[in-house]
Amino acid sequence: MKTNSANPTEDLQAIREIMDRSSKFLSLSGLSGIFAGVCALIGAAVAWIFILDSGNLHYNEYLCSIGSSPINPVSIGLSITALFVLMGAIFGAIYFSFRRARKTGLKYWTNSTRRLLAHLLIPLISGGIFAVILILRNNTELVVSVMLIFYGLSLVNAGKFTLGEIHYLGLTEIGLGVLAGIFISHGLLFWSLGFGVMHIVYGIVMYYRYER
Amino acid sequence: MKNPISNLQKVFESRIRLGIMSALMVNDSLDFNALKELLELTDGNLASHMKALEQQEIIVVSKQFVGRKPSTTYQASDQGKELFRQHLAALEGLINNQ
Repeated sequence: MKTNSANPTEDLQAIREIMDRSSKFLSLSGLSGIFAGVCALIGAAVAWIFILDSGNLHYNEYLCSIGSSPINPVSIGLSITALFVLMGAIFGAIYFSFRRARKTGLKYWTNSTRRLLAHLLIPLISGGIFAVILILRNNTELVVSVMLIFYGLSLVNAGKFTLGEIHYLGLTEIGLGVLAGIFISHGLLFWSLGFGVMHIVYGIVMYYRYER
Repeated sequence: MKNPISNLQKVFESRIRLGIMSALMVNDSLDFNALKELLELTDGNLASHMKALEQQEIIVVSKQFVGRKPSTTYQASDQGKELFRQHLAALEGLINNQ
């Protein structure tokens, strides 16, 4: 065993590397962010063109015209579209991270992965349930804001256990969620920015930083 | 000024022990297999280092059964954490003095 006083810089690098590898999920791929963002933008386009009739349909007015039942073709259509986007994004996250783990030879299912998921899912599922409650109570104008804010909180919470960019993506989503609450009639725009554009931007940054 | 080398801990001289301790600083506890995979060591090699760290009270060992299998988990002791911090500070001191 060589003594480490000979090369303190290398020692500190080794320490840092092991600390990161043993406590963080590092296989997260920027490509999964880009893929999720593209799914979200496609979903938003489908919602805008086919369900909201290119912006001619205002959900709140529509609700009044049909006697304000939360179970109507528009809310069901939007929910199904959102569900498809969610499934696409989850599939992408798993697929691209799995691919990256295999490429780098890192273990996929570790203590850090479990910790990451727990910290991500607790606020995320709470937010999801809350969003459904809002829809069922016809407070739909706040749904986008709630989705973005809870998603942002989940990312901030989970950011400690994975690449540092996730923390900042979370803060960005919270900011957009607050703005979506203020500019309440532009929900779909903020939704597309938060779940579409931001995922793509951060995905590209992470891809160039860690995977090239 | 104090000689920074005086704070380097002899017990952390080997890269492997440095690695074991780094992992235990950021995880509350780790079991034998997790450490083995993380550091890519053989059973015997890791066991001998763990024994040495245990004897110097750098780490705390606890054994229990998971089902029927024995499982050994390791934690850094308070003293171990303090020594590791001193060691880190000494390494940084060395770099800054260069």
